[in-house]
Amino acid sequence: MASWQWFHRLGSPKWLSGTIDRWLPWVLGLGSVLLLVSAIWGLAFTPPDYKQGNSFRIIYIHVPTAIVALAAYYVMAIAGAVSIIWRMKVADMALRAIAPVGAALTFLALVTGAIWGKPTWGAYWIWQDARLTSMLLLFFLYLGIMALHDAYQNSASGNRAAAIMSLVGTVNIPIIYKSVDWWSSLHQPATLKFTEESTIATEMLQPLMLAIPGAYLFFIAAVMMQLRVQIARNEKNTRWMAERAAQ
Amino acid sequence: MHPARKQRLIIVAIIVIGASAAAALIANALKQNLNLFYEPTRIVNGEAPIGRKIRVGGMVLENSLTRVPDSLTVQFVVTDYEAEVTVEFTGILPDMFTEEAGTVATGVLTEEGLFVAEQVLAKHDETYMPPEVAAALKNKPPSY
Repeated sequence: MASWQWFHRLGSPKWLSGTIDRWLPWVLGLGSVLLLVSAIWGLAFTPPDYKQGNSFRIIYIHVPTAIVALAAYYVMAIAGAVSIIWRMKVADMALRAIAPVGAALTFLALVTGAIWGKPTWGAYWIWQDARLTSMLLLFFLYLGIMALHDAYQNSASGNRAAAIMSLVGTVNIPIIYKSVDWWSSLHQPATLKFTEESTIATEMLQPLMLAIPGAYLFFIAAVMMQLRVQIARNEKNTRWMAERAAQ
Repeated sequence: MHPARKQRLIIVAIIVIGASAAAALIANALKQNLNLFYEPTRIVNGEAPIGRKIRVGGMVLENSLTRVPDSLTVQFVVTDYEAEVTVEFTGILPDMFTEEAGTVATGVLTEEGLFVAEQVLAKHDETYMPPEVAAALKNKPPSY
Protein backbone atom coordinates (compact mmCIF):
# COMPACT_ATOMS: atom_id res chain seq x y z
CA MET A 1 0.00 0.00 0.00
CA ALA A 2 1.50 3.25 -1.15
CA SER A 3 -0.13 5.34 1.58
CA TRP A 4 1.81 3.40 4.20
CA GLN A 5 5.15 3.94 2.51
CA TRP A 6 6.18 6.88 4.73
CA PHE A 7 5.41 4.77 7.75
CA HIS A 8 7.59 1.86 6.66
CA ARG A 9 10.37 4.23 5.67
CA LEU A 10 10.22 5.69 9.16
CA GLY A 11 10.91 2.18 10.37
CA SER A 12 14.24 2.03 8.57
CA PRO A 13 17.13 3.00 10.86
CA LYS A 14 19.32 3.71 7.85
CA TRP A 15 16.83 6.17 6.32
CA LEU A 16 16.16 7.75 9.71
CA SER A 17 19.86 8.15 10.41
CA GLY A 18 20.38 10.02 7.15
CA THR A 19 17.32 12.19 7.73
CA ILE A 20 18.50 13.13 11.22
CA ASP A 21 21.91 14.10 9.88
CA ARG A 22 20.25 16.37 7.33
CA TRP A 23 17.70 18.01 9.63
CA LEU A 24 19.45 18.25 12.99
CA PRO A 25 21.52 21.41 12.30
CA TRP A 26 18.42 23.29 11.12
CA VAL A 27 16.16 22.19 13.96
CA LEU A 28 18.83 22.81 16.58
CA GLY A 29 19.80 26.15 15.02
CA LEU A 30 16.27 27.52 14.74
CA GLY A 31 15.35 26.23 18.21
CA SER A 32 18.41 27.84 19.78
CA VAL A 33 17.73 31.16 18.05
CA LEU A 34 14.11 31.17 19.23
CA LEU A 35 15.10 30.31 22.81
CA LEU A 36 17.89 32.89 22.85
CA VAL A 37 15.73 35.69 21.42
CA SER A 38 12.83 34.89 23.74
CA ALA A 39 15.16 34.78 26.77
CA ILE A 40 16.76 38.15 25.98
CA TRP A 41 13.39 39.69 25.12
CA GLY A 42 11.68 38.24 28.16
CA LEU A 43 14.47 39.02 30.62
CA ALA A 44 15.53 42.46 29.44
CA PHE A 45 12.77 44.13 27.43
CA THR A 46 9.45 42.92 28.83
CA PRO A 47 7.90 45.07 31.58
CA PRO A 48 7.79 43.59 35.09
CA ASP A 49 4.55 42.15 36.45
CA TYR A 50 2.33 44.46 38.52
CA LYS A 51 2.40 42.07 41.47
CA GLN A 52 5.30 39.66 41.09
CA GLY A 53 7.79 42.23 39.83
CA ASN A 54 10.70 40.60 38.02
CA SER A 55 10.24 37.09 39.37
CA PHE A 56 7.44 36.44 36.86
CA ARG A 57 10.12 36.23 34.12
CA ILE A 58 10.74 32.59 34.98
CA ILE A 59 7.52 31.97 33.01
CA TYR A 60 9.66 32.04 29.85
CA ILE A 61 11.38 28.83 30.97
CA HIS A 62 8.81 27.23 33.24
CA VAL A 63 5.80 27.25 30.91
CA PRO A 64 7.59 26.09 27.71
CA THR A 65 9.42 23.25 29.50
CA ALA A 66 6.24 22.13 31.26
CA ILE A 67 4.20 22.15 28.02
CA VAL A 68 6.82 20.19 26.10
CA ALA A 69 7.34 17.77 29.02
CA LEU A 70 3.64 16.84 28.77
CA ALA A 71 3.57 16.73 24.95
CA ALA A 72 6.75 14.61 24.93
CA TYR A 73 5.00 11.98 27.02
CA TYR A 74 2.28 11.56 24.40
CA VAL A 75 4.88 11.28 21.63
CA MET A 76 6.69 8.64 23.70
CA ALA A 77 3.44 6.73 24.36
CA ILE A 78 2.63 6.76 20.64
CA ALA A 79 6.09 5.27 20.01
CA GLY A 80 5.22 2.68 22.68
CA ALA A 81 1.94 1.82 20.92
CA VAL A 82 3.72 1.52 17.55
CA SER A 83 6.29 -0.74 19.19
CA ILE A 84 3.60 -3.03 20.57
CA ILE A 85 1.42 -3.12 17.45
CA TRP A 86 3.98 -3.15 14.65
CA ARG A 87 7.04 -4.44 16.55
CA MET A 88 9.02 -1.67 14.87
CA LYS A 89 12.52 -1.43 16.33
CA VAL A 90 12.81 2.28 15.53
CA ALA A 91 9.77 2.85 17.78
CA ASP A 92 11.65 1.26 20.68
CA MET A 93 14.65 3.42 19.94
CA ALA A 94 12.41 6.51 19.84
CA LEU A 95 10.81 5.59 23.17
CA ARG A 96 14.26 5.18 24.71
CA ALA A 97 15.42 8.45 23.13
CA ILE A 98 12.45 10.53 24.34
CA ALA A 99 12.41 9.34 27.98
CA PRO A 100 15.61 11.09 29.20
CA VAL A 101 14.75 14.30 27.32
CA GLY A 102 11.25 14.28 28.79
CA ALA A 103 12.68 13.63 32.26
CA ALA A 104 15.08 16.56 31.87
CA LEU A 105 12.26 18.90 30.77
CA THR A 106 10.04 17.78 33.65
CA PHE A 107 12.92 18.32 36.06
CA LEU A 108 13.45 21.84 34.69
CA ALA A 109 9.75 22.64 35.05
CA LEU A 110 9.79 21.36 38.65
CA VAL A 111 12.94 23.27 39.58
CA THR A 112 11.89 26.55 37.96
CA GLY A 113 8.49 26.20 39.61
CA ALA A 114 10.13 25.75 43.01
CA ILE A 115 12.44 28.74 42.48
CA TRP A 116 9.41 30.85 41.55
CA GLY A 117 7.33 29.39 44.36
CA LYS A 118 9.59 30.63 47.15
CA PRO A 119 9.22 34.38 46.45
CA THR A 120 5.60 34.09 45.28
CA TRP A 121 3.92 31.53 47.51
CA GLY A 122 6.42 31.56 50.35
CA ALA A 123 7.43 27.91 49.91
CA TYR A 124 9.57 25.98 47.43
CA TRP A 125 7.34 22.94 47.56
CA ILE A 126 4.25 21.70 49.33
CA TRP A 127 2.96 18.16 49.46
CA GLN A 128 -0.62 17.09 48.73
CA ASP A 129 -0.99 19.65 45.98
CA ALA A 130 -2.52 17.89 42.96
CA ARG A 131 -0.57 19.85 40.31
CA LEU A 132 2.80 19.60 42.05
CA THR A 133 2.42 15.93 42.94
CA SER A 134 1.18 14.82 39.50
CA MET A 135 4.10 16.64 37.87
CA LEU A 136 6.53 14.89 40.22
CA LEU A 137 4.85 11.61 39.25
CA LEU A 138 5.55 12.43 35.59
CA PHE A 139 9.23 12.79 36.43
CA PHE A 140 9.23 9.39 38.12
CA LEU A 141 7.32 7.88 35.17
CA TYR A 142 10.03 9.01 32.76
CA LEU A 143 12.74 7.63 35.06
CA GLY A 144 10.79 4.40 35.56
CA ILE A 145 10.47 3.87 31.82
CA MET A 146 14.20 4.37 31.38
CA ALA A 147 14.88 1.91 34.18
CA LEU A 148 12.41 -0.68 32.86
CA HIS A 149 13.96 -0.47 29.42
CA ASP A 150 17.33 -1.48 30.85
CA ALA A 151 16.04 -3.84 33.53
CA TYR A 152 15.93 -7.01 31.38
CA GLN A 153 18.73 -9.17 30.03
CA ASN A 154 16.59 -9.72 26.95
CA SER A 155 16.17 -6.35 25.26
CA ALA A 156 12.84 -7.39 23.66
CA SER A 157 11.34 -7.87 27.13
CA GLY A 158 12.66 -4.49 28.24
CA ASN A 159 11.19 -2.84 25.17
CA ARG A 160 7.81 -4.45 25.78
CA ALA A 161 7.74 -3.52 29.47
CA ALA A 162 8.73 0.09 28.78
CA ALA A 163 6.12 0.40 26.02
CA ILE A 164 3.33 -0.88 28.28
CA MET A 165 4.46 1.41 31.09
CA SER A 166 4.43 4.38 28.71
CA LEU A 167 0.83 3.57 27.72
CA VAL A 168 -0.35 3.23 31.32
CA GLY A 169 1.31 6.54 32.22
CA THR A 170 -0.71 8.50 29.63
CA VAL A 171 -3.44 8.65 32.27
CA ASN A 172 -1.33 11.15 34.18
CA ILE A 173 -1.14 13.76 31.39
CA PRO A 174 -4.77 15.01 31.41
CA ILE A 175 -4.64 14.81 35.23
CA ILE A 176 -1.64 17.17 35.33
CA TYR A 177 -3.27 19.48 32.82
CA LYS A 178 -6.67 19.65 34.52
CA SER A 179 -5.54 19.26 38.15
CA VAL A 180 -5.77 22.99 38.86
CA ASP A 181 -9.38 23.04 37.61
CA TRP A 182 -10.61 19.79 39.14
CA TRP A 183 -9.21 20.29 42.62
CA SER A 184 -8.23 23.18 44.83
CA SER A 185 -4.54 23.80 44.41
CA LEU A 186 -1.90 26.34 45.34
CA HIS A 187 -0.89 26.48 41.68
CA GLN A 188 -2.80 29.02 39.63
CA PRO A 189 -4.98 27.89 36.70
CA ALA A 190 -3.63 28.13 33.15
CA THR A 191 -2.82 31.62 31.88
CA LEU A 192 -2.78 30.52 28.23
CA LYS A 193 -6.30 29.49 27.32
CA PHE A 194 -7.52 27.81 24.17
CA THR A 195 -11.16 28.80 24.32
CA GLU A 196 -10.99 32.32 25.70
CA GLU A 197 -8.56 35.20 25.82
CA SER A 198 -5.33 34.55 27.72
CA THR A 199 -4.94 36.53 30.94
CA ILE A 200 -1.53 37.93 30.14
CA ALA A 201 -0.61 41.30 28.64
CA THR A 202 0.38 41.16 24.96
CA GLU A 203 3.92 42.46 25.51
CA MET A 204 4.50 39.71 28.08
CA LEU A 205 2.92 37.07 25.85
CA GLN A 206 5.05 37.76 22.78
CA PRO A 207 8.37 36.32 24.08
CA LEU A 208 6.45 33.33 25.43
CA MET A 209 5.07 32.71 21.94
CA LEU A 210 8.67 32.41 20.74
CA ALA A 211 9.86 30.36 23.70
CA ILE A 212 7.20 27.65 23.29
CA PRO A 213 8.03 26.72 19.66
CA GLY A 214 11.70 27.15 20.63
CA ALA A 215 11.29 24.57 23.38
CA TYR A 216 9.52 22.18 20.97
CA LEU A 217 12.35 22.49 18.43
CA PHE A 218 14.95 22.06 21.16
CA PHE A 219 13.11 18.92 22.29
CA ILE A 220 13.04 17.55 18.73
CA ALA A 221 16.76 18.28 18.33
CA ALA A 222 17.62 16.63 21.65
CA VAL A 223 15.56 13.54 20.72
CA MET A 224 17.29 13.39 17.32
CA MET A 225 20.67 13.35 19.06
CA GLN A 226 19.52 10.66 21.48
CA LEU A 227 18.03 8.70 18.61
CA ARG A 228 21.31 8.80 16.75
CA VAL A 229 22.99 7.19 19.75
CA GLN A 230 20.25 4.55 19.95
CA ILE A 231 20.55 3.76 16.23
CA ALA A 232 24.33 3.47 16.45
CA ARG A 233 24.05 1.16 19.45
CA ASN A 234 21.37 -1.08 17.92
CA GLU A 235 22.73 -1.19 14.37
CA LYS A 236 26.41 -1.48 15.19
CA ASN A 237 26.73 -4.88 13.49
CA THR A 238 25.01 -3.93 10.23
CA ARG A 239 26.85 -3.34 7.00
CA TRP A 240 25.46 0.18 6.39
CA MET A 241 26.66 1.30 9.80
CA ALA A 242 30.11 -0.19 9.19
CA GLU A 243 30.25 1.66 5.86
CA ARG A 244 29.20 4.89 7.52
CA ALA A 245 31.79 4.45 10.24
CA ALA A 246 34.48 3.79 7.64
CA GLN A 247 33.74 7.04 5.82
CA MET B 1 -4.53 -4.22 8.83
CA HIS B 2 -2.86 -7.53 9.60
CA PRO B 3 -5.03 -9.54 12.07
CA ALA B 4 -2.18 -9.94 14.58
CA ARG B 5 -1.55 -6.19 14.54
CA LYS B 6 -5.24 -5.49 14.86
CA GLN B 7 -5.34 -7.69 17.93
CA ARG B 8 -2.36 -5.86 19.43
CA LEU B 9 -4.04 -2.53 18.64
CA ILE B 10 -7.02 -3.71 20.68
CA ILE B 11 -4.67 -4.66 23.53
CA VAL B 12 -3.14 -1.15 23.42
CA ALA B 13 -6.63 0.39 23.54
CA ILE B 14 -7.58 -1.85 26.48
CA ILE B 15 -4.43 -0.82 28.41
CA VAL B 16 -5.10 2.89 27.90
CA ILE B 17 -8.85 2.71 28.59
CA GLY B 18 -8.38 0.37 31.55
CA ALA B 19 -5.72 2.57 33.14
CA SER B 20 -7.89 5.65 32.58
CA ALA B 21 -10.91 3.98 34.14
CA ALA B 22 -8.84 2.89 37.14
CA ALA B 23 -7.48 6.42 37.58
CA ALA B 24 -10.97 7.91 37.29
CA LEU B 25 -12.29 5.53 39.96
CA ILE B 26 -9.41 6.29 42.31
CA ALA B 27 -9.79 10.05 41.77
CA ASN B 28 -13.51 9.77 42.44
CA ALA B 29 -12.96 7.79 45.62
CA LEU B 30 -10.37 10.27 46.86
CA LYS B 31 -12.27 13.30 45.61
CA GLN B 32 -12.05 15.39 48.76
CA ASN B 33 -8.56 14.22 49.67
CA LEU B 34 -7.21 15.50 46.38
CA ASN B 35 -8.25 19.03 47.27
CA LEU B 36 -5.38 20.95 48.78
CA PHE B 37 -7.53 23.05 51.09
CA TYR B 38 -10.98 23.54 52.59
CA GLU B 39 -12.99 26.55 51.42
CA PRO B 40 -14.42 28.69 54.26
CA THR B 41 -17.96 27.50 53.37
CA ARG B 42 -17.02 23.89 54.09
CA ILE B 43 -15.34 24.88 57.37
CA VAL B 44 -18.40 26.86 58.48
CA ASN B 45 -20.60 23.90 57.51
CA GLY B 46 -18.55 21.74 59.87
CA GLU B 47 -17.06 19.53 57.17
CA ALA B 48 -13.48 20.14 58.35
CA PRO B 49 -12.09 18.13 61.27
CA ILE B 50 -11.33 20.04 64.48
CA GLY B 51 -7.90 19.69 66.08
CA ARG B 52 -6.29 18.02 63.07
CA LYS B 53 -3.84 19.64 60.71
CA ILE B 54 -5.70 20.92 57.65
CA ARG B 55 -5.43 23.70 55.09
CA VAL B 56 -7.84 26.54 54.47
CA GLY B 57 -7.78 28.55 51.26
CA GLY B 58 -9.56 31.55 49.81
CA MET B 59 -9.28 35.29 49.44
CA VAL B 60 -8.04 37.56 52.21
CA LEU B 61 -10.91 39.89 53.06
CA GLU B 62 -10.26 43.61 52.52
CA ASN B 63 -9.36 45.55 55.70
CA SER B 64 -9.34 42.36 57.78
CA LEU B 65 -5.58 42.13 58.46
CA THR B 66 -4.74 43.20 62.01
CA ARG B 67 -1.51 42.93 63.95
CA VAL B 68 -1.27 42.13 67.61
CA PRO B 69 1.07 44.86 69.03
CA ASP B 70 4.59 43.86 70.14
CA SER B 71 4.43 40.48 68.46
CA LEU B 72 4.57 38.79 65.07
CA THR B 73 0.99 37.60 65.48
CA VAL B 74 -1.48 38.65 62.82
CA GLN B 75 -5.14 37.94 62.27
CA PHE B 76 -7.01 38.04 58.99
CA VAL B 77 -10.24 36.77 57.52
CA VAL B 78 -10.28 34.26 54.66
CA THR B 79 -13.41 34.29 52.54
CA ASP B 80 -14.86 32.52 49.52
CA TYR B 81 -17.47 35.31 49.33
CA GLU B 82 -20.00 33.03 50.97
CA ALA B 83 -18.49 32.26 54.35
CA GLU B 84 -15.60 33.60 56.41
CA VAL B 85 -12.95 32.03 58.63
CA THR B 86 -10.66 34.02 60.92
CA VAL B 87 -7.03 32.93 60.74
CA GLU B 88 -4.39 33.64 63.37
CA PHE B 89 -0.73 33.34 62.47
CA THR B 90 2.51 34.05 64.28
CA GLY B 91 5.40 34.58 61.91
CA ILE B 92 6.46 36.40 58.78
CA LEU B 93 3.91 36.60 56.00
CA PRO B 94 5.17 36.03 52.42
CA ASP B 95 5.89 39.20 50.41
CA MET B 96 3.08 38.46 48.01
CA PHE B 97 0.53 38.13 50.79
CA THR B 98 -1.96 40.98 50.48
CA GLU B 99 -5.59 41.67 51.17
CA GLU B 100 -7.94 40.83 48.31
CA ALA B 101 -5.51 38.17 47.09
CA GLY B 102 -5.52 34.40 47.44
CA THR B 103 -3.97 32.56 50.36
CA VAL B 104 -3.54 29.00 51.59
CA ALA B 105 -2.89 28.48 55.31
CA THR B 106 -1.88 25.25 57.08
CA GLY B 107 -2.94 24.83 60.67
CA VAL B 108 -5.53 23.62 63.14
CA LEU B 109 -9.16 24.58 63.53
CA THR B 110 -10.22 25.21 67.14
CA GLU B 111 -13.60 24.50 68.73
CA GLU B 112 -14.41 28.20 68.59
CA GLY B 113 -13.91 28.27 64.82
CA LEU B 114 -10.60 30.12 64.91
CA PHE B 115 -8.00 28.77 62.52
CA VAL B 116 -4.53 28.77 64.11
CA ALA B 117 -2.05 28.66 61.24
CA GLU B 118 1.52 27.45 61.37
CA GLN B 119 2.22 28.29 57.72
CA VAL B 120 0.66 30.94 55.50
CA LEU B 121 1.27 30.93 51.75
CA ALA B 122 0.24 33.44 49.11
CA LYS B 123 -1.73 32.00 46.21
CA HIS B 124 -1.08 33.79 42.97
CA ASP B 125 -3.71 34.10 40.24
CA GLU B 126 -3.17 33.55 36.53
CA THR B 127 -3.23 37.24 35.54
CA TYR B 128 -0.02 38.79 34.25
CA MET B 129 0.26 42.47 33.34
CA PRO B 130 2.74 45.35 33.52
CA PRO B 131 2.41 47.74 36.50
CA GLU B 132 1.30 50.61 34.25
CA VAL B 133 -1.63 48.56 33.02
CA ALA B 134 -2.58 47.52 36.54
CA ALA B 135 -2.32 51.15 37.65
CA ALA B 136 -4.48 52.31 34.77
CA LEU B 137 -7.05 49.68 35.71
CA LYS B 138 -7.06 50.80 39.33
CA ASN B 139 -6.45 54.46 38.50
CA LYS B 140 -3.52 54.92 40.83
CA PRO B 141 0.29 55.05 40.49
CA PRO B 142 2.17 51.73 40.28
CA SER B 143 3.36 50.18 43.50
CA TYR B 144 5.25 46.92 43.20
